[in-house]
Amino acid sequence: MSELLLVVTIGGERVALPAAAVESVVELDALIPVPRAPAHVAGLSALRSRVLTVIDCMRSLELGTTDCSDGIREAAVVELDGHHYALIVDLVEDVVEATSEPSPIRAAMGDGWERVSKGMVETEQGPLLLVDIGAIVSGTERQAA
Amino acid sequence: MDDLISEFIAECREMLEALGGEVVAWEAAPEDRARLDSIFRFVHTVKGNCGFFDFPRLEALSHSAEDALAEVRAGRRHADPALVSAVLAVIDRIAEMIAALDAGEELPAGDDSALIHALRQTPEAPPAPVAATVAEAQAKTVAAPRTIRLSVELLDRLMSGVSDMVLARNELARRLRETTGDVAVDGAFERLSSIIADMRDAITRTRMQRIENLFVALPRMVRDLSAELGKQVLVDIDGGDVELDREMIEMIRDPLTHIIRNSVDHGIETPAERLKAGKREIGILTVAARQSGNQILIDIHDDGRGINGKKLVDKAVTAGVVERSEASALSPREQLALIFEAGLSTAQEVTAISGRGVGMDVVRSNIERIGGIVEVDSTLGEGTRMTLRVPLTLTIIPALTVSVAGQHFAIPRSAIDEIVRANGNSVTLEKLGGAGVATIRGRRVPQIALADVLGLESNLSDDERTFVVLRPAGSDVYALAVDRIHDHEELVVKPAAPAVMATGLYAGTTLADDGSPILLFDPAGLAEVGGVKLEAHERAARIVEAPAAPAACDTPVLLFRGLDGSRRAMRLAIVDRIEEVASAAIKPGAGQLRVQVGETILPLAGVNGDFPAEKVRLFRLNDGVAEIGYAFREVVDLSAIGQEVIQAECPGEVSGVTLIAGEPAEIVDTHWLFANFAGPQANQPDQLVCRLPADDPWIQNMLRPIVEAAGYRVVSDADEVDADIAIVSEPAAAKKTAAARVIRVRAEPDPASRKDDSIYRYDRAALLTALKAGAGGKG
Repeated sequence: MSELLLVVTIGGERVALPAAAVESVVELDALIPVPRAPAHVAGLSALRSRVLTVIDCMRSLELGTTDCSDGIREAAVVELDGHHYALIVDLVEDVVEATSEPSPIRAAMGDGWERVSKGMVETEQGPLLLVDIGAIVSGTERQAA
Repeated sequence: MDDLISEFIAECREMLEALGGEVVAWEAAPEDRARLDSIFRFVHTVKGNCGFFDFPRLEALSHSAEDALAEVRAGRRHADPALVSAVLAVIDRIAEMIAALDAGEELPAGDDSALIHALRQTPEAPPAPVAATVAEAQAKTVAAPRTIRLSVELLDRLMSGVSDMVLARNELARRLRETTGDVAVDGAFERLSSIIADMRDAITRTRMQRIENLFVALPRMVRDLSAELGKQVLVDIDGGDVELDREMIEMIRDPLTHIIRNSVDHGIETPAERLKAGKREIGILTVAARQSGNQILIDIHDDGRGINGKKLVDKAVTAGVVERSEASALSPREQLALIFEAGLSTAQEVTAISGRGVGMDVVRSNIERIGGIVEVDSTLGEGTRMTLRVPLTLTIIPALTVSVAGQHFAIPRSAIDEIVRANGNSVTLEKLGGAGVATIRGRRVPQIALADVLGLESNLSDDERTFVVLRPAGSDVYALAVDRIHDHEELVVKPAAPAVMATGLYAGTTLADDGSPILLFDPAGLAEVGGVKLEAHERAARIVEAPAAPAACDTPVLLFRGLDGSRRAMRLAIVDRIEEVASAAIKPGAGQLRVQVGETILPLAGVNGDFPAEKVRLFRLNDGVAEIGYAFREVVDLSAIGQEVIQAECPGEVSGVTLIAGEPAEIVDTHWLFANFAGPQANQPDQLVCRLPADDPWIQNMLRPIVEAAGYRVVSDADEVDADIAIVSEPAAAKKTAAARVIRVRAEPDPASRKDDSIYRYDRAALLTALKAGAGGKG
């Protein structure tokens, strides 16, 4: 089992994103807000002449709001159903190799985490929560639907 | 092997598509060898390939069809309707199997013996209703240009690549502007730019498809429908070579099908009914496509029974779509437009063909979703015409950028009706129970503020905003208040992420020239989120239109910039229209500058600066008798002037100065203009038809400023005031006018034939003298 994982910090928590799904890691500067869009959509940003829909992971997980006022934020760019998204995270750390298949976490997590969890994976750096990118992007909407 | 199969499937599909029309055409003209041959060729191809691939069912079907057609080819059998139906059924079955193969499924087991049996029969069936096509089928014999087959996905990737390239070029252009310009770099960039533009055009063309692809299936569909309904319908197809975006073709397929079904089902009568109504037995359904600017127009016309507007209104009232009181005020056009309301159908009963609840409202909403319009026109007893107007392509949209609270947005230009300033004199804004109602030149339109819809804080007051009047649904308008209008741009629009689209406000995203993302609005969605009830408002609005005449002190004027850049105002009433002519059309002649507009030559005024290089815009001014042209640079706004006009010292082209929208503007003295430019020509018979000065446009627009300048208060003849002086146009002289003194003005300069005391109306000195005399008479 050699799936590569991108280790990021969201809301102070170290989690893993499947590295294969992440196109690049960028630093976002200007954000164009999208009025009346769901709260977890932080806005739009341009990356090499592409429009990125910027997702605030904190909001998506109902952990609070990332403060975007201080300028540059790190984000992971992913593609989902033909659309490009930038997921705002606190910090992008490293790429590690998964040493196990994801396994269910039996302890109770927070509501937000529960929704996006794809289980626990073992890595050299200890167990990490594997996050479902689709669930982060759709935010709380999916639950409502 | 898989490659071969997919090749075979693709080939079959292509042939099948083209074939639908061929079979029907062949039925109408069984002796047409070319069509017979092409059908024969299809079944033959299928048969040949099937043996190779081991598809026994396909082989059996195509083999028997080939046999039957071979008989016809040999002249041993006649192509009667039964045979055509049987061949069609076989082709349909083949198409089903091909579709299954294409989807990667195993060929289903099934029994085709009934179909094969039908082919072998030669019964003396009663002649079935005939549908025929008068399409431009002859064109098909022309050798096709060389083509290769490409996957659509690849084209889409190319297209999106080129779109990205355009955006990257825009960004580069911006960076280049920021840095100091190196001529060599700029030159190279220009060249790159033009190559990219060419390439974009070419790639856009690759996505274009002839609308024929959509039309080929129609004869077949109409044939089957009319057979089912016992009607006779002749389909006439025109304009199949019009090209439009492949995606667009897919989008209009369903609406078009639906409209045609409706036409055949509800529009065209049965042969007996038609004969009774004095028409030919065979109904004619015309489907024509043509390009008009950036749009494709598709007309669907039938010569059937037409739509009964009154019946429609009754239905609408019963269904609660309109109030009874409103219903009586509907114009015929609005009555017809009711068929687009949900839940209405004039069909007496629901049939299997149409009227199944999937109504015209769905057709309209589908067409509008792609930025199109559907219109209906119908004459009872004579037929119905439906017109679909759709944009050529979905990807590049001309748009207007606006801003609210500092953020930029784009509005598709096709939906914009007009742009007016909220503080203009022709616009008033009222709040009724919290809802905004703007009155724009007498028309009441619902108004929403973009800032409110978006939940943004805008620190502009209502008065400082600009209204963009939007017409998202063909005939319904609403005014959207925005903070600022910026620019027209051609935007490469891409769909936004689902979470953004779910707001219902946006049609997509794009990058503006400055490289920042920008959201494109969906005008219909904005109205919906903003709570505008479009239909209801439009009808109510029409009623107030008439009485809203401008107040006495407000004269509508066109604010414009002259050739010398001066800000000027021209009384709107005498501007016939605005024309654009080539600079070459302006030449001196007979002592003054003259401009040729179409077939006429007009004296040209307003020449106080250099002409623009190529095109000159001009007002065509008309005083009812003579016409002159007035050159200008650009129109600024439509406005109105009040009383506070500072009169000019001496007579000339400018009669005075006034404040319009906070800035001074010179008012063009139209009287002086006509006196100086049109004088010699003004010897045509007088065409004035108004008898009273109040509704005499010449007096109101030209004489009135002079009279006012001479110190008079102007009253109309309806006012119960003793007048010291009255001015009437010569033809109206017979009418009694209550005043101490009457000045008669005449249109002819030559007094020789006259024995009265009338004054030539451009004789300024005489007019002023008479006015002074009137004033003196009182003192």
